[in-house]
Amino acid sequence: MAKGIMIVAEQREGALRKISMELASTARKLADAGGDEVSAVLLGGSGVEKLAAELGKYGVDKVFVGEDAALEPYVTEAHAAITAKIIKENDPAVVLFGASVQGKDLSARVAAKLATGLATDCTDVKIDGGKLVCTRPMYAGKCFGEVVFNASPAMASLRPNVFPAAENAKAGAVTKVDAKVDAASIKSKVLEVQKDTSGKVDLTEANVIVSGGRGMKGPEGFGILEELAGVLKGTVGASRAAVDAGWRPQKDQVGQTGKVVSPNLYIACGISGAIQHLAGMSSSKCIAAINKDAEAPIFTKADYGVVDDLFKVVPALTAECKKLVG
Amino acid sequence: MNIIACVKQVPDTEAQIKVKADGSGIDDGQIKWVMNPYDEYGVEEALRLKEKNGGDVTIVCVGPARAMETIRTALAMGADKGVHVSDPALDNADAFVTASALAAVIKGLPHDIIFCGQRAIDDDSGQVGAMLAELLGIPQLTLVTKLEYAGSSVKVIRPIEGAQLSIETALPCVVTAQKGLNEPRYASLPGIMKAKKKPVDVKNAAALGIATEAKAKVAKTIPPPARPPGKIVCGDEPEQKAAELARLLREEAKVI
Ligand SMILES: Cc1cc2nc3c(=O)[nH]c(=O)nc-3n(C[C@H](O)[C@H](O)[C@H](O)COP(=O)(O)OP(=O)(O)OC[C@H]3O[C@@H](n4cnc5c(N)ncnc54)[C@H](O)[C@@H]3O)c2cc1C
Ligand SMILES: Nc1ncnc2c1ncn2[C@@H]1O[C@H](COP(=O)(O)O)[C@@H](O)[C@H]1O
Repeated sequence: MAKGIMIVAEQREGALRKISMELASTARKLADAGGDEVSAVLLGGSGVEKLAAELGKYGVDKVFVGEDAALEPYVTEAHAAITAKIIKENDPAVVLFGASVQGKDLSARVAAKLATGLATDCTDVKIDGGKLVCTRPMYAGKCFGEVVFNASPAMASLRPNVFPAAENAKAGAVTKVDAKVDAASIKSKVLEVQKDTSGKVDLTEANVIVSGGRGMKGPEGFGILEELAGVLKGTVGASRAAVDAGWRPQKDQVGQTGKVVSPNLYIACGISGAIQHLAGMSSSKCIAAINKDAEAPIFTKADYGVVDDLFKVVPALTAECKKLVG
Repeated sequence: MNIIACVKQVPDTEAQIKVKADGSGIDDGQIKWVMNPYDEYGVEEALRLKEKNGGDVTIVCVGPARAMETIRTALAMGADKGVHVSDPALDNADAFVTASALAAVIKGLPHDIIFCGQRAIDDDSGQVGAMLAELLGIPQLTLVTKLEYAGSSVKVIRPIEGAQLSIETALPCVVTAQKGLNEPRYASLPGIMKAKKKPVDVKNAAALGIATEAKAKVAKTIPPPARPPGKIVCGDEPEQKAAELARLLREEAKVI
């Protein structure tokens, strides 16, 4: 019978992604409730084995390590084939992925290979009567669905930044798996990886986001947001209005047709709070809004609202934060 | 080229979503239905490929009778024909069942490239494209913002966290469209007139020979958790408000 919780860890160029620790900790909690074991799938080029210890630190008992040059950088077909093989051979009851770009791409492919069900972008998971139950936002967070499974394993992907990562040391024992990829079966090839050199954390992984909208008046206006974000070690985001005006790149857009984010702190500046924007940020833990219009809908979601001219408030806020956080 | 674009009919982004009292789903009486915004990018890219390289564009949609309207919208944009999978047995289809239905249709059609949206904004699941690719046994390119066609292959740009990948894949393949790929056209009036005469094949689940039981089922729909009412930060001058906000974020919310 299917047993245990398996996570599919994510690493890039020999470093674990933060979501992997979030997955490990969440799996540990689920497993402890049923006295189960946590295992992990860890794939990549040669040398990823050394990351197993780190997974162990966050609660993983056993790590299935697959090393092959064809597994770095990530290519769907190769990762999906090996991941599905490991799942089949070990028969876990639950498999958790990250709802990152890679995790979304991989989890759906693996679920189809195993003809099982998948709940994506979950914000809560629990074991109820021995079975996985997932809570996930639908209709851009206008409602939530509780998902149950009719097939095994039950698969889910977890929204980054929502589940806490906490150390809880377990063995992290390595089992090497045959991860040889049949080259003829791989039809995709990564030609180039163009890294973002700004050094900024991606919006989906940021702890603090300072976002600007049409109220920033132009691309120069974002300078004061960059400064505030700099002090708070955050990343700058934007509304669609700011992106469509060409003030910010597409990758900065937050909302229903942009990124869905869950930082600890989201500061919306000069953003009215259209329903499509709220869709992307309402799961943030704390929301502050600065807008000169007291009637702006963003204030209905904000924990803290400042009704005033952002060009005066933001620089003053930056100065205050500098004093507080040094 | 034989191009397929999968489209789903979804509630307009402005739609109020009301959860039924018994949690069995949403009340869909007042909703205005539209083409999933990400599918518009897919249809647009399909039309551009056809205009440049010749061929035809087939629209495939799984949905109730009202979804025919969305197929007609795609035909009015310039697609050539449609397949509508319509069956009450598919009303509660999950991603796997939907992908199975799409795969069963597409297996019977010549296909070089298949477009899906990166996610449907109703279930927000973002799975169907990849599942469809697996069921057809072909590669997938998800979250694509740029596409170049080169005979037997395509080259795409795919943003990931902190980087952009350039990937080449042999055809046939599934591409899932992301905002930034293109600017979708509106249907023209002559386009709308012509669309009425374009062929749409209607099929049910039995004709496709697929199982219709969902593997992952929404057992209960619940309203979003209520957020406690926020505070308006006090102060006479912007500087005072800023100082008070900083204090609250530090001492009360403990987020800085
Ligand atoms: C299908 C669809 C998908 C969409 N997807 C998205 C999406 O993903 N993300 C998204 O953001 N939008 C999306 N939109 C667009 C959305 O409907 C809004 O048009 C957009 O969010 C508005 O952006 P904004 O708040 O920056 O601009 P506005 O609504 O114009 O708001 C500007 C705000 O700035 C304030 N302001 C101006 N000057 C100052 C000042 N000096 N100080 C303080 N405040 C000031 C104003 O009071 C106003 O509230 C989508 C729309 C559709 C139809
Ligand atoms: N019922 C459907 N009919 C046709 N295409 C669909 C359907 N459901 C999903 N798709 C396609 O798959 C994409 C992703 O959907 P989803 O996985 O449901 O978020 C959509 O943007 C569509 O292109």
